[in-house]
Amino acid sequence: MDALDLARWQFGVTTVYHFLFVPLTIGLGVFVAGLQTAWHRTGKEHYLRLTRFFGKIFLINFAMGVVTGIVQEFQFGMNWSEYSVFVGDVFGAPLALEALLAFFLESTFLGLWIFGWDKLPKRVHLATIWAAVIGSNLSAYFILAANAWMKHPVGYEVVDGKARMTDLWAVLTNSAALAQVPHVVGAAFVVAGGFVLAICGYQVLRERRAGQSTPARRGAGIWRTPMRAALVMTAIAGVVVAVSGDTSAKLLYEQQPMKLAAAEGLRHDTAGAPFSPVPGVEVPMLLSFLATNDPDAVVQGTEDLQARYAREFGPADYRPNLPVVFWSFRVMIVFGMATVALSVLGLWLTRRRRRDPDAPRAVPAWFARACLLALPLPTVAMISGWLLSEIGRQPWTVQGELLTAASVSPGVSLTEVAVSLAVFTALYGALALAEAVLIVRHVKTGPEPVSPAPPAPPSRDDEDAAARLQPSLMY
Amino acid sequence: MELTTFWFAVIAFLWTGYFVLEGFDFGVGLLVPALSRNEAERKQVLGTIGPVWDGNEVWLITAVGAMFAAFPAWYAGLLSGFYLPIALVLVGLIVRGIGLEWRGKVHRPSNRAWCDLGIFVGSALPAFLWGAIFAHLLRGSMTAALVGGVFSLSLCVLHGAVFVALKASGPVRVRARRAAMTASVVALPAAVVALSAIPAGGEAFGRAATPWLWASALASVAALSAGTALTWRGRDGWAFAATASSVALGSAALFGTLWSAPLPGLTVAEAASGPYTLGMLTWIGLIALPFVLGYQIWSYWVFRKRLVAEPS
Ligand code: HDD
Ligand code: HEM
Ligand code: HEM
Repeated sequence: MDALDLARWQFGVTTVYHFLFVPLTIGLGVFVAGLQTAWHRTGKEHYLRLTRFFGKIFLINFAMGVVTGIVQEFQFGMNWSEYSVFVGDVFGAPLALEALLAFFLESTFLGLWIFGWDKLPKRVHLATIWAAVIGSNLSAYFILAANAWMKHPVGYEVVDGKARMTDLWAVLTNSAALAQVPHVVGAAFVVAGGFVLAICGYQVLRERRAGQSTPARRGAGIWRTPMRAALVMTAIAGVVVAVSGDTSAKLLYEQQPMKLAAAEGLRHDTAGAPFSPVPGVEVPMLLSFLATNDPDAVVQGTEDLQARYAREFGPADYRPNLPVVFWSFRVMIVFGMATVALSVLGLWLTRRRRRDPDAPRAVPAWFARACLLALPLPTVAMISGWLLSEIGRQPWTVQGELLTAASVSPGVSLTEVAVSLAVFTALYGALALAEAVLIVRHVKTGPEPVSPAPPAPPSRDDEDAAARLQPSLMY
Repeated sequence: MELTTFWFAVIAFLWTGYFVLEGFDFGVGLLVPALSRNEAERKQVLGTIGPVWDGNEVWLITAVGAMFAAFPAWYAGLLSGFYLPIALVLVGLIVRGIGLEWRGKVHRPSNRAWCDLGIFVGSALPAFLWGAIFAHLLRGSMTAALVGGVFSLSLCVLHGAVFVALKASGPVRVRARRAAMTASVVALPAAVVALSAIPAGGEAFGRAATPWLWASALASVAALSAGTALTWRGRDGWAFAATASSVALGSAALFGTLWSAPLPGLTVAEAASGPYTLGMLTWIGLIALPFVLGYQIWSYWVFRKRLVAEPS
């Protein structure tokens, strides 16, 4: 183990961790804003209760997204100073724009939303959550444009051993970014949709068990609306993810052939390359077709690429960790698309009756149970996608330009990285546990009644009498 | 003005905004135990920063992001050079943010006490460390780091106490005024020592102390004294303006000293990105910044009322 290995571990651990919360901020934010809009339009009380219920979960999660994101922003300079100096001119720009254009919007308007229930006109208050949501999605675009540049550097030239930007527009409209943004944001909606689905499934089961399935509640009462909404969200996002994922794969063929070959386990250049969903099974010509739309095209293999790279860049091993890349590709597709399939099935099961639209179908118990799977499945898929993307890029930090080994901070000692890695890992572990407990408790408590007026709901979870007068989203 | 000069000024401005705004946030976090006697008062104290602290922290994120984009070698050198102190700042910001956001959402008073501990420790760490880091950068000794840390910590407490006096009513307001007086006993002497060390610190960076730097350091001390006196008189608004100016002037002296060589052996010109990148960022920044300032000011306006402790 040297400082490089630990720095890589630290980046991997902290980034995967940051990305556990990011998709919920992106997807759940839109969900909460949608619920509040429904309340604004219809004035129905249960929409307000749901807004506050999911809003509180959103905020618990948001806090974790914020505090882990700050670590990311500092880490490039702390652990990867050579990388930072090499890329700063190009890579720093989207990061600075993200802070200026997205994070200010997100944090300021979220503060207004949390504390503005009784201070802002209803319409303005609704606008604040939408502004925050726009901020989240904008931030995804900028950071993904930065990340895509590492896979497919464009709009720059190398001067005196440093990348110099020559075309900001090219960086922001990088083909790799235009495929990656819908793929990752779509995946975020699949994850968030699955999360809501799991909560709704749990609540439906609980009401059944408590014998509350009176005729009026046969259709699952208050949970039917968010469940349907989550099913729609997941299904639509699933289509976006599949289409943009296919585009990504085609781009890999041109931009990162080694990653594509590793993901497919293809060792030698092959015309009419087959696709093997699992080792040992091969579908003829499918890979060539997927990668190029031409079943006879030549797809490069890892061993032949290795030989070519060694000739071009000098002797070294240019292959990423092949089994990890191979399997993470499959786990991503199978686990992710299983969630999407579940949501399509759910949409059909919970459709309205044609004859009697006012008596919705009951949610079958087995389906409610299956919904619980919608929490882990897409989360694992999403992390696998990032492992594919980031480990598949190795040994390059910037494809074709900068090796990971040349990116690390030269002046930082093994001890320093080890200490900070240990501290962050321990802290992150403890916080993850606390967050899980907090969300589970909150889900069990369920939506609180709001009466008579929204600003002063008697909140059940605060022991102190003093807390009663405060709206439930505050301190 | 030349682009590198302009961007150095922008980054100095962003750090200054961060010190002024999160300076009082840190102070408030540190003062919760001293200013409140019960849960209602704790909520009152924390409520003064509740809606704005995250927006204030984004000033740091933007400052660091802008350093990365405009002066990559400065960004990389500062963060890798102060590796462990920066890691500790991050730990502080993590537990503080979590404490602030979760304390209203946990279910037991004992867990709320954990959140309060996180807020306190998480405010103390960065409040001390930022001063220590920059003092060490300028003077290169542990003693200087200690003095710098004590200065920034006590300044945050004073600035925060004045802010609470401005934003709260009732007994908390009275206690905040008293806390400001107590904090000034440490903050004023520390300010004299620390600020007078700043201009001379420039020699290590190949720059002689100019009258201009001395003037802003001196004005910073004067503003701090004025802030204390105005608090004594009960002029909360003016007192806050004075402590805010003091922080801003001190930060101006700091960045004035760092100008042209932000790290030993690294000039601004060497650290800078190319003119194309700086030019693009200038345009986008000039268009966006008025909006950002506009809605941040608006959010302070929305929450302009003094907070009362909700009766139990
Ligand atoms: C696809 C989306 C995405 C990705 C790949 C990343 N982030 Fe992130 N980040 C977000 C999407 C996001 C967000 C949705 O905007 C967050 C999550 C929760 C939140 O509060 O905002 C956020 C928060 C967040 C914050 C705190 C913002 C605040 O205080 O409001 C910072 C500084 C970063 N991120 C920085 C980074 C860096 C340097 C990354 C690269 C390694 C990164 N993020 C990956
Ligand atoms: C979008 C912003 C991102 C940027 C700019 C980025 C950048 C980087 C950098 C600089 C490294 C270290 C150098 C290297 O190993 O090549 C790295 C490694 C890594 N990243 Fe990312 N990353 C981003 C997003 C993510 C996300 C969201 C995840 C996972 C959820 C992730 C997972 C990893 C992993 C696992 C590694 C370690 C790979 C290894 O060293 O083998 N990254 N990334
Ligand atoms: C038909 C289904 C899918 C295909 C064909 C597909 C394809 C791909 C490809 C080729 C990449 C690598 C892109 C690169 O490194 O440049 C990728 C990355 C990724 N995938 Fe998928 N994917 C699919 C489904 C999913 C699902 C369902 C999720 C999550 C719920 C997901 C999440 C991700 C993430 C987070 C990344 C990393 C970011 C990126 O590089 O774009 N994918 N996917």
